[in-house]
Amino acid sequence: MLRVIVRRLLQLVVTLIALSALIFIWLRNLPGGPVEALLGERATPERRALLIKALGYDQPILVQYGKFMQRVLTGDLGNSIRSGDPVTDVIARAFPATIELAAAAMIIAVGLGVPLGYLAARYRGRLLDNLTIAGTLLGISIPIFFLGYLLKDVLTQDIHWFPPSGRISTGMDNTTVTGFYVLDGLLTRELDASADALWHLILPAITLATIPLAVIVRITRASVLDVLNEDYVRTAEAKGLRHRTIRGRHILRNALLPVVTTIGLQTGALLSGAVLTEKVYNWGGLGTLITDSISGGRDYPVLQAIILLAALVFVLVNLLVDLSYAFIDPRVRVR
Amino acid sequence: MSLLDVRDLSVVFQRRGERPFTAVDQVSFTVEPGQTVGLVGESGCGKSVTSLAIMGLLPKRGNRVTGEVLFEGTDLLGLRPDDLRDRRGRDIGMIFQDPLSSLNPVIPIGVQVAEVLERHRGMARRKALREARELLDAVGIPDPDRRLTEFPHQISGGMRQRALIAIALACKPRLLIADEPTTALDVTIQAQILTLLKQLVDETGTALIMITHDLGVVAGLCDTVNVLYGGRVVERAARHELFARPRHPYTHGLLSSVPRLDSPRGERLHAIRGSVADNIPWVEGCAFAPRCDNVVDACLDGPPPLEPTASGGDLRCNNPVSEEVAVP
Repeated sequence: MLRVIVRRLLQLVVTLIALSALIFIWLRNLPGGPVEALLGERATPERRALLIKALGYDQPILVQYGKFMQRVLTGDLGNSIRSGDPVTDVIARAFPATIELAAAAMIIAVGLGVPLGYLAARYRGRLLDNLTIAGTLLGISIPIFFLGYLLKDVLTQDIHWFPPSGRISTGMDNTTVTGFYVLDGLLTRELDASADALWHLILPAITLATIPLAVIVRITRASVLDVLNEDYVRTAEAKGLRHRTIRGRHILRNALLPVVTTIGLQTGALLSGAVLTEKVYNWGGLGTLITDSISGGRDYPVLQAIILLAALVFVLVNLLVDLSYAFIDPRVRVR
Repeated sequence: MSLLDVRDLSVVFQRRGERPFTAVDQVSFTVEPGQTVGLVGESGCGKSVTSLAIMGLLPKRGNRVTGEVLFEGTDLLGLRPDDLRDRRGRDIGMIFQDPLSSLNPVIPIGVQVAEVLERHRGMARRKALREARELLDAVGIPDPDRRLTEFPHQISGGMRQRALIAIALACKPRLLIADEPTTALDVTIQAQILTLLKQLVDETGTALIMITHDLGVVAGLCDTVNVLYGGRVVERAARHELFARPRHPYTHGLLSSVPRLDSPRGERLHAIRGSVADNIPWVEGCAFAPRCDNVVDACLDGPPPLEPTASGGDLRCNNPVSEEVAVP
C-alpha cells in the first residue's frame, strides 16, 4: 500500500514538472502580453525594451523557465504583474473561496446524486426513474451561466430569498481564520456570520453542482442496475437478509466503485465550472482570479500558479480516489 | 404432511410487447422430510425457474407465478414479502451454480457466513464469526481461521462452493435447494462437493432438492427423480426404477446417451435428435413429440396427462418405452 502511494506521488512530481513547462511556454506564445497591457499601445520602443528587460522577458525562454523553476523550488512564485503582490498571497486570498464553493457543490452532488441514482435504478422504468433521467439530461445540457443567471434573477431579484452576489453581507463583522467563511463562523462562534456565509453559498453551490450531480446520478443508476443483476445479490436475498443490509452491504458497496471514480473526475472539472459560476455570483475565488489575470494583461506569474495549483488538486483528488478504491475493493489491493 | 408440497406451480414470463412464455407449466411434486429429490432436465426446461419460484426469488415484475408452494402446510406464494424473508435462509437454504459470482467480491468470507446467523439467530458479530469458523470447518475448508478474513478471489473454486454450502446450512434449514451446484467445478471437485452434500444432508436430516442436468449426479444422490421437459414433469420415479426401467422416451434417450466404460470400442453414442428449439407448445400436443422416436398420432392431439404407473411413479406419455427394453 505504501509503495503504491510513493509511486503515485513520484508520478505526481513528474506530471507537475511536465505541465509547468507546457504552461510556461504556451502562455508566453499567446498574442498580447503584460508589456502592452502595462504601457499601453503608444509606448515608445525604448520604454518597452526597458520593461521587457526588467521583467526578464528578453532572455531565451528556457532560461526564463529555469529561473522560474529555481524560484518555485524555494516557494517563491514571483509577484503579480498587475498588483505587484506576491503570487502566493494573491492565491491564498482566492483559494479558500473556491474550495468552499467546490466542497459545497460536491456535497450537494454526492449527497443527492447517490441516493437519487439508487432510487432510479431500484424503480427502473417507473415515474421516478423517468423524471430522474429527464432531469439529469437537462442538468448536463443546461449551460452554467444560463442556469446561474436564471436562479439569480428569479430567487434574488423577483423573490428575495437569497443574496444576489458575494460571499458574505457587507458590514458583517466576521473574523477570518481559515478563509472558509462558513467554517470560520463556527470556529469563532460567530454563528450569525456562519449562517450569512451559508446563505450566500447556497445558490452558487447549486449552480456549480448541477453538472456533477447529473453525472453522478446517471453513473450511480447504471452501476446499481448492473449490481442488481449480480448473482451475489440473489445469494443475499436467498439468505433472507433484511433490505437494509442488502442495500448497504451488498449493492451500494459494489456499485460505488465507478461512482467514486466519477467523483474524482468531476472534482477536477469543477474548476472550469467555477470560472463561470464565480463570474455570475461575483464570488472572489480562483475562477474570478483566472479571468481577471487573462483579461487584465496576461498576468503570467498568477496564471501559471493557478494552473499548476489546479493540476495539483486534480492529481491529489484522483490519488485519493485510487486509494479509496483499494479500500472498497479488496481485489485492487493485491498488486 | 410433506415438508414441501408444490402444487400446479406455473411461471409465465410476460414482457410488454412480447408473447408470454410459460417457463414452468403446472409442475407438482413433493419432498418428504430428509428426502433427496432430483429435478432433472436440459437447459431451459424450467428447473431453475421452479427453484427460484419456490424461494420467491424471481424478479418482482415481468412474470406471473400461480399454484401453491406448501412448506409445512404454509403457502409460501401467499406470504407477505417480509414473512418470506424471515423463512429464507432459516427454513430453506439455497446454493447456486457459479460459486465465484454468487459470493460478494468485496466482503470477507467470514462476514458472508456470519451475516445469515446474525439475521436469523440474532447473534452478535463476534459470536457469529466463531460459529462461522465452525461451519467452514464442518464443510471441510482447511485453515478456517484464516479464511474468515479472506475474500472470495483468494480461495479456490471448490472452497467457494463449500463456503456457499456453509452459508446455506448455517441456520440448519429443513430444506436445501441446490441449483446445479457442481456445474462450474472441475470433475474431481464435483465428486468432493457431492460427497460433502450427501454427508451433510444425512447427518443433519435436511431434505434436499437437487437440480441438475447431470444424470450422474442424480444416480449417486437422489431418492426420487422428477424429469422435466418443456416446463412440465414428464416422468417421476424412484431412482432405481428410473435408471433400470426409464419409461418416457426422453428419459430413455437421456440415459442411452450417457457414455459407458463397458460399451464396445467404436460404438456410436446415442443422441436425441433435434434440440429444445424444436419443442411444440404443450397445448398443441406433447412438447417432445417432434424429437421423439416413439411418436404416435395421439401425441399431436393435445397434451398427454400425467398418470400413475404400476411401479408407483408418474408418467406423461402416450407410447412409453416398454418395460422390457433395458437401457443399452
